[in-house]
Amino acid sequence: MRHVLSALVQNQPGVLAHVSGMLASRGFNIDSLAVGETEDPHLSRMTFVVHGDDAVLEQVRKQLDKIVSVVRVDDISGVEHVERDLMLIKVSANAAQRTEIALLVEMFRARVVDVSGANMMIEISGQEEKIDAFIEMMRPYGILELARTGRIALLRDTSKKKEPK
Amino acid sequence: MKVKQAPQSGADVLVQCLVNHGVDVVFAYPGGASMPLHQALTRFQDQIRTILPRHEQGGGFMAEGYARSTGRVGVCLATSGPGATNLVTCLADAKMDSVPIVAVTGQVGTGVIGTDAFQETPIVEVARAITKHHYLVQRIEDIPRVMKEAFHIASTGRPGPVIIDVPKDVQNQMIVADYDPPMNLPGYRPERRATREELEALLGLVRQSERPVIYAGGGIVHAGAAQLLCRFAERTGIPVALTVHGLGGFPSEHFLCLQMLGMHGTVYANYAINEADLLLALGVRFDDRVTGKVSEFAKHGKIVHIDIDPSEINKIKAAHLPIIGDLRHALGDMLEIMDKEPSLAPNPAGHAAWLRRIEGWRAAEPIRFSDRDDAIVPQYAIQRLWEIIKERGQLDDTIVTTGVGQHQMWAAQYFHFNSPRRWLTSGGLGTMGFGLPAAIGAKAANPLKTCIDIDGDGSFLMNVQELASAFCEKLPVKVLLLNNQHLGMVMQWEDRFYESNRGHTYLGAGFDREPYPDFATIAKGFGCAARRISQKEDLDGALEEMLASELPFVLDVLVPYQEHVLPMIPGGMTVRDIIKA
Repeated sequence: MRHVLSALVQNQPGVLAHVSGMLASRGFNIDSLAVGETEDPHLSRMTFVVHGDDAVLEQVRKQLDKIVSVVRVDDISGVEHVERDLMLIKVSANAAQRTEIALLVEMFRARVVDVSGANMMIEISGQEEKIDAFIEMMRPYGILELARTGRIALLRDTSKKKEPK
Repeated sequence: MKVKQAPQSGADVLVQCLVNHGVDVVFAYPGGASMPLHQALTRFQDQIRTILPRHEQGGGFMAEGYARSTGRVGVCLATSGPGATNLVTCLADAKMDSVPIVAVTGQVGTGVIGTDAFQETPIVEVARAITKHHYLVQRIEDIPRVMKEAFHIASTGRPGPVIIDVPKDVQNQMIVADYDPPMNLPGYRPERRATREELEALLGLVRQSERPVIYAGGGIVHAGAAQLLCRFAERTGIPVALTVHGLGGFPSEHFLCLQMLGMHGTVYANYAINEADLLLALGVRFDDRVTGKVSEFAKHGKIVHIDIDPSEINKIKAAHLPIIGDLRHALGDMLEIMDKEPSLAPNPAGHAAWLRRIEGWRAAEPIRFSDRDDAIVPQYAIQRLWEIIKERGQLDDTIVTTGVGQHQMWAAQYFHFNSPRRWLTSGGLGTMGFGLPAAIGAKAANPLKTCIDIDGDGSFLMNVQELASAFCEKLPVKVLLLNNQHLGMVMQWEDRFYESNRGHTYLGAGFDREPYPDFATIAKGFGCAARRISQKEDLDGALEEMLASELPFVLDVLVPYQEHVLPMIPGGMTVRDIIKA
């Protein structure tokens, strides 16, 4: 089963190394890990996507929580949340293909961020599946390079009106 | 609270922090990057005793001996690079056995960190996975906060080791320090207390149970809950089996004590666990040396697991009733509940039939060994040591440490502990060489107690250099050396599982030669007293001589190597597979 864990950690050197080292040394497999500062400069948010049964998840969560610099861990899979992944992808595109690709970019609500003679760079964000689908659409043109941030997620505030999807 | 207004060096601030945290002894080996700390220690010598080990690992284990025997934080210091890496085994050991120590290491100057400078090791990176927490102090003004946090983290919740790496330039900078800064630990919440509902549910399970057993471990000792456990067991009439770290957490001579369980536990403790319909697992972690095959362990009963560390709950074995909490509170609260509402208390006589069954097992298969008249078997030597100390009424004034291997298990089986913090052994990591320095550390913390390292010849040699510390620091520890010229436990496994093919487990210089090395001569070279014996009739006299010695004493007892630690449940097997002979 797929789980999304969201952890607030102290924004200090070594915390990422500690967390990733713990996960590796205990044999937990992480599909994706994203980390960045939060609204509070003393705190960073780490978002993990983990596959495993409930027992594995319980251990991952508890072992994370046990790290002194980890302030809080939530398994948000079961709760309403928004999840995003950001990708930059460079595809080869000659002049004739650009319009075709631009059409796909529009359909996926992506953005062309760089164009050169022989290729285009596109920025896209969204759910994992959407990004995976976009990669498939780009494959025939020839993917030169791509970079993804890994999943980030936040809980919806269920007490207020929902953000449009 | 501002203590002094004049600027002080970072090293002085750090040592002042040690004083402020009640540290009276540190175990410290100097080097280039920790010289300012040692200079500071000389300025505080009226408040802190500095004991010089002869190897940083010895210093780390001394700090553990200090901490394990008192419950207070043990402190060791080392220099950068090799000094720091020599502490690594101690940190791993303290982590596995939940021992509160603070290790301070010197580090190369901040300006050259990361340049592969002389004696530079990124010790915080190395130690991350084997410490409870770790600091690289990059600013002098952080020292008091880091020290405060380190002592707090090491000693609260589930105790553990903390390393503080201090670059040399930070030790030398000057500051007017604030000695009472706020801590910055938003993610550290060590206080855990079981709820009344959980504890009442536990008592409910006990009332319904016909065959309950308590399985108690090091958590009882760490929580300071030994007396409460005793009252709880008596009040409910539940027998108690102990892990290797639980020994002393419940009186061995109590009629409800089933002694140690697990791989080398008593037959009756393992039978009782297997037949139990309710297992109260208190401050334990279902270690593989206890459970054997996990799916078969205690499979007939419900499991209640109380631990202060949430990650231990359901880690190995799912609990029917998981409770996160401090055992001192949990046991104390349950006693109070039973006092106030007797209807919630189980009938202590209700398990009489169960206790009679266990007594039958105990009578049929007590812990035992085959004695010999033509040799001193190691079990006999330990048994005599215990009997002599008991006859003198000095059990409570005696602390026993061990190395790792056969002698360790025999000490666990034949030296009986009635109080906590008298039995110091490397159980989780299983670190050979632990015994002698741990005894020295215990002696430094408990000068009026007799500290005895029951050791094997393999383990003893691993930190034998600490005889120098024992002698020079006037810490007269005793070593009962059970010398069988082999790595006995590995040899035992070779006998059982590898057709006795010796894979480098023989430590002597040849069977046609005298036992090797000559430990008595080595000890005397260090200025210690020593004696070698091999005849049974010499044993009592030699033990008396050892106990009376005012110098550190090594009693080298030549024992036959053919003895096996029994009973034994081979790794990964079950109570049905107990080897009894």
